[in-house]
Amino acid sequence: MTKVFIYPTNSLILSDLIERFGHTPLAMMGQVHEKITTIGIDSPPLNITPEDPKHGLKYAAVEVPAGVRGRMALVGPLIDEAEAAIIVDDAAISFGCMGCARTNELTKFLARDKGIPVLELTYPYSDAEGKEFVYKIGEFLKSLTKEELS
Amino acid sequence: MVVHEDGTITKLVVISSDSVLPIDAALEVYESEIDITIKETCFGTMVTGPEDAVNKVVEKVVALDKNHIFVKERGFPPGDDRRCRAGRGGGPRPGFHFLRNEIGMLPIIGKALDDYDNNVPLEKVVRPEKLKVLILKDIIESELTR
Repeated sequence: MTKVFIYPTNSLILSDLIERFGHTPLAMMGQVHEKITTIGIDSPPLNITPEDPKHGLKYAAVEVPAGVRGRMALVGPLIDEAEAAIIVDDAAISFGCMGCARTNELTKFLARDKGIPVLELTYPYSDAEGKEFVYKIGEFLKSLTKEELS
Repeated sequence: MVVHEDGTITKLVVISSDSVLPIDAALEVYESEIDITIKETCFGTMVTGPEDAVNKVVEKVVALDKNHIFVKERGFPPGDDRRCRAGRGGGPRPGFHFLRNEIGMLPIIGKALDDYDNNVPLEKVVRPEKLKVLILKDIIESELTR
């Protein structure tokens, strides 16, 4: 089983497809679960604490906004752990808790820069695009299994 | 699946099926008699409890219509004060917009998964080209001179 980093980091579709094809998705939800169930000073534990921007210094410089560094404290360890990545660009839905454009850029850059197999796609909006989307992900994930076996 | 230190997990089961309703999934969970907590929602169910039990139940639910039921992990358990709308004065919970947007794409993905399983060959996708600046300029000029 290969650990596959996904972007958008909380995507239902990507997380499901990766598990469906027998690999492990590295997603934000797992990170948040760890944060909120680990007993610390805060009660109840929060998903982002003032400590996080300090941890984020590993991935972004000190003059980078604390919001980016705080997010990178969660996303960064996932990229460190990743053995492959699937990046879905052009997500009009990258807002809400995903809505930091600079963090998104840095996340994609670090994943591409790591030298692991990366599949880049765009979100599907028609049946034909959906088919291409699923087929490409399927073939990519199968190729990871073959690499593991060889 | 990533194993958590506390041994618990919460999973979102999203149903995009013509034959299975969220209530069917919930009944499947109730029938399993495993000690877990479930919450029925408009899009499916949320299941929380010990990892092994949750994974077993989710597998059973997915088997109802495997290409049209989708699963992802959720960080917070259902009804958690930090996320639950009841304690935050209403409004969608953080992350719901993204989930809703992806739920809109699930019929496409489900259909594609059916085709993938049936080894239907992939056809070339023709994407509409982006509008060229020169053409846009022409349109603007023709509108202005009208």
